[in-house]
Amino acid sequence: KKPASDDDDDEDDEEEDEAPRGRRGANRKKLAKKRGGNDDEDESEDEPPKRKRGGAANKKKGGKAQDSDEEDSDVGKGKKGKKGGGKKGKKEEEEEETKGKKGDGKGKGKGKGKDDDKDKKKKKKKGDSSSDSNSNSSEEEESMSEGEMARLMEEVEEKKKLIANIRNKPWRMQRRLKLLKEAQEFVDKFEGALGKGKGRKWYAYKVMMTKVLMGLPYGSIPRKTVPRAEQDTAQDYSVLMDFNVSLAQNELFSFSFFFACPIWFFSRQNCCLKTNKDTQWIYFARWIITGYCKYSVLFYGYYNDQRTVGVLKFRLPLSYLMVGIGTFGYSLMLVIRTMAKNADVGGGDGEDSDFTFAWKMFTSWDYLIGNAETADNKYASITTSFKESIVDEQENQKDENIHLRRFLRVLANFLITCSLGGSGYLIYFVVKRSQEFATRDDLSWYEKNEMEIVMSLLGLVCPPLFETIAELEDYHPRIALKWQLGRIFALFLGNLYTFLFALFDEVNTKLEEEQSIKNASIWAMKEYYANYSRLMNDSEATPPPMDPADVIRGPCWETAVGIEFVKLTVSDIQVSYLTILIGDFARAVIVRFLNYCWCWDLEAGFPSYGEFDISGNVLGLVFNQGMIWMGAFYAPGLVGINVLRLLSSMYYQCWAVMATNVPHERVFKASKSNNFYMGLLLLVLFLSLLPVVYTIMTLPPSFDCGPFSGKDKMFDIIMETIDLDLPAFMGTLFSYAANPGLIIPAVLLMVLAIYYLNSVSEAYQNSNMELKKKMKMARDEEKNRRNNADTTNQVMKDLEDLLPNRSLIPPAPPEPEKPPEQEPKPKPTKTKPGTAGKGVNLQKDVALASSNPNARGPVSRPPGPRGPGPGPGAGPGRGRGRGPPPR
Amino acid sequence: MGNKQTTFTEEQLEAYQDCTFFTRKEILRLHARYRELAPHLVPLDYTNNPDIKVPMTLIVTMPELKENPFRERIVETFSEDGQGNLSFSDFIDMFSALCEASPRELKTIYAFKIYDFNRDNFICKEDLEKTLNKLTKGELTPEEVTLVCDKAIEEADLDGDNKLSFADFENMISKAPDFLRYRHLFCYVFIF
Repeated sequence: KKPASDDDDDEDDEEEDEAPRGRRGANRKKLAKKRGGNDDEDESEDEPPKRKRGGAANKKKGGKAQDSDEEDSDVGKGKKGKKGGGKKGKKEEEEEETKGKKGDGKGKGKGKGKDDDKDKKKKKKKGDSSSDSNSNSSEEEESMSEGEMARLMEEVEEKKKLIANIRNKPWRMQRRLKLLKEAQEFVDKFEGALGKGKGRKWYAYKVMMTKVLMGLPYGSIPRKTVPRAEQDTAQDYSVLMDFNVSLAQNELFSFSFFFACPIWFFSRQNCCLKTNKDTQWIYFARWIITGYCKYSVLFYGYYNDQRTVGVLKFRLPLSYLMVGIGTFGYSLMLVIRTMAKNADVGGGDGEDSDFTFAWKMFTSWDYLIGNAETADNKYASITTSFKESIVDEQENQKDENIHLRRFLRVLANFLITCSLGGSGYLIYFVVKRSQEFATRDDLSWYEKNEMEIVMSLLGLVCPPLFETIAELEDYHPRIALKWQLGRIFALFLGNLYTFLFALFDEVNTKLEEEQSIKNASIWAMKEYYANYSRLMNDSEATPPPMDPADVIRGPCWETAVGIEFVKLTVSDIQVSYLTILIGDFARAVIVRFLNYCWCWDLEAGFPSYGEFDISGNVLGLVFNQGMIWMGAFYAPGLVGINVLRLLSSMYYQCWAVMATNVPHERVFKASKSNNFYMGLLLLVLFLSLLPVVYTIMTLPPSFDCGPFSGKDKMFDIIMETIDLDLPAFMGTLFSYAANPGLIIPAVLLMVLAIYYLNSVSEAYQNSNMELKKKMKMARDEEKNRRNNADTTNQVMKDLEDLLPNRSLIPPAPPEPEKPPEQEPKPKPTKTKPGTAGKGVNLQKDVALASSNPNARGPVSRPPGPRGPGPGPGAGPGRGRGRGPPPR
Repeated sequence: MGNKQTTFTEEQLEAYQDCTFFTRKEILRLHARYRELAPHLVPLDYTNNPDIKVPMTLIVTMPELKENPFRERIVETFSEDGQGNLSFSDFIDMFSALCEASPRELKTIYAFKIYDFNRDNFICKEDLEKTLNKLTKGELTPEEVTLVCDKAIEEADLDGDNKLSFADFENMISKAPDFLRYRHLFCYVFIF
């Protein structure tokens, strides 16, 4: 290279012989640095004239500065990635770049990060140079010119910057310490001299302040020491749990705020607490609920129909209805809003499939793991996740006996439908039977609790059964998980609805019974009054001499429904707790301790430890929430029970998972953004809304219990309020608002709005797809461009082939040939060094070169060694981006 | 770590504080940990910068590192001689780069160095295979390993040279979701 560049014109000379020096400096950093300092001195002397010349060249033709810039970036590129080695070269490049900027503002298009990198290099070099020249700079200080002053100030600023973020540099500590010392010395020396700062003290103060500012947040971040092995697996669950807990708490708050509290505060105690304590119930919960709590704040029947309560005239019935409905509205809003937020988050990084394997490779190890067992688990989970990805990958290609699989899938679905239907019928049957039992007294424990037991058993048995059947289908695990969830969901929902229908039957019989009691009591009352007035012979009616608790009361179907729901919830709690205790804890204990005296390895073999069944638990939560929604109207206290249940089960399950479960072999989240579960929740909410609204709208409330007693329909309370409490014009206003003429257009408007928004979102989706496609294309193109043109871009290759093959031309015109090798760069340099599409620019480059032959010096040397041969001088120019850089 | 002045001079502490993400206390604590590894080798007095190195075999027994599949590689990367022997400066450098406060850019650079097993400044197929075997404890069959490595390179390689340069690596990491990046790329919690 050296001899080759010797005969270049003097302008190129400097840069060209500095470059190899930089390359040589790979291993001798120290030496190179020193020399860099010396070079710097030389260069800074040379700088002004050179710049001038560069500018002149620019004016003339297009880029001396560019040219030199390019040359160095070329060298830098050759060693790109060789961190140590490239240092010197980069320094040069950087120097040139600043020059270029001053000259004509080119070369600004470099990446920011790279600039940063260079800046610090520059700083470093300057530090060296200054430390070298410290000795003689002291006497020069007095005679500093304005320009030097400015330069020095700039340097001091840079030094300060360096000191501030030296910890962010990827250097060895020794080097960091050394540079830091130098920089500090430099700043101390010149800051005072420049009269800018107040010397060391001021600087120390500043450093301290920045340290305080930077250091505090880092220090105050609480360090997390929770083992994280379980985190991924339970993420779905915990998110939903959080959501449900907050929802339940909100509901509890609203319920208690709006009617429990006012009653406690203002009303006189309801006097209906007469329990049949003599009956011995074995089933504790049942006894508690039906015996003791029946007329408690827990249930509908507790609340009475006083129009206003207390001094504040709290309108209890109205608020009961409003809160009951409002809870649904609030829940709906919350679910929808969460889903929308999740969709936002999920949509943010849609290009997840781009780096599946690479991410897995480089980011799957959790660097916090410090425990051998956790590490083993992590190894296992990483292995399986890789295997899953491999399966995914292979799934794309393989196709097998499609008919057999189709048959199996149909068969599996058939089986599952059968079991779903069976379980539905079983529940219906059991509920019917329980109604039969309700009339009898001589019941065994089983007969009393048959329904709850059967429902819990179904919930326990069916999911594993479905899982077994799903093996037939041989879906991809993620799809299989979704199917499984859907089926369990259908099971739960079917059970719930069967239960509801059976309940409606019961309600209807209760209603008839109630009607008869009502008639009877009205008749009795009339008779009593008739007798009373006949006997006493006066018209003022005193109430009958009877303990109010002894009055024959109607069955109060609302309370009955509430009781059913509470019983279901309580038994559900019991079953789930017992399942954890037996299925997980006892199993873990057995496996752990029997393992010492067993014929096979229990831990690794058949029973093993339990896994945390995410899908089952999540669905349990969803289902439970649905039950709460349904029952809350008839048993407001259910919400409180639910809060207790959620909180306790959170800690209980947390303990169980930590103590007895092992992490999943395979982790598949059903959806990235949790919206799958939220969707289920929304569906459940809607489905549980239906029966409640149906009962509110159609069934007559009981005549002698609850806030709506005496009304034909529950919503009459609203009419009553409008009539009695609001000014008259409000009534007319409401009657207008309820006019179909107003409602139908409103509905129409909403439908149109939905249609419009839908189409807008579709349009966005399309443009999104388009953009993604473009990005992918851009990426491919970049790949191609950076890549060797030979392999990727056939068209370019063909074009290049059509050009005169210069490598075969004997080196007759040596100078015109040299420029094409160096000149292609100016154009692409603006965007990125080394992405030059060589073939494209070649023609123009040749033209450029030939139009300005006198930019090069005269030929002073026989052309022999400069030919197409493997001279190192030609290397960086031609072989750019092709193959590995020189090591 | 009671007597501060005897371990480091004030200037040394200042310098270390400027060069790392640690506070004075943490630096002293780290020195104590360092000394624990080889009490007979490491002096308490560091004021005159003794040139002492602790071999890799001792370093990797630290609880922070001992379960890490890349522990040897990490130590090697941060040692100045490339053999895994760490002087105290290297030691503190390593933990500074691995600690929670260090920025992602720095972590990315060091991560790249760590995954570059053969130190050619590219992550090539060979490096990927080593990484994978360490991550899975060799549970995958050779065919699977080849498949995974091919796919990973295919995904992340932008310039088509069948190996990952730093630019490719950085690009790939920068697109990773946050939770992967922050928790799983590099992050240590000290058991101080």
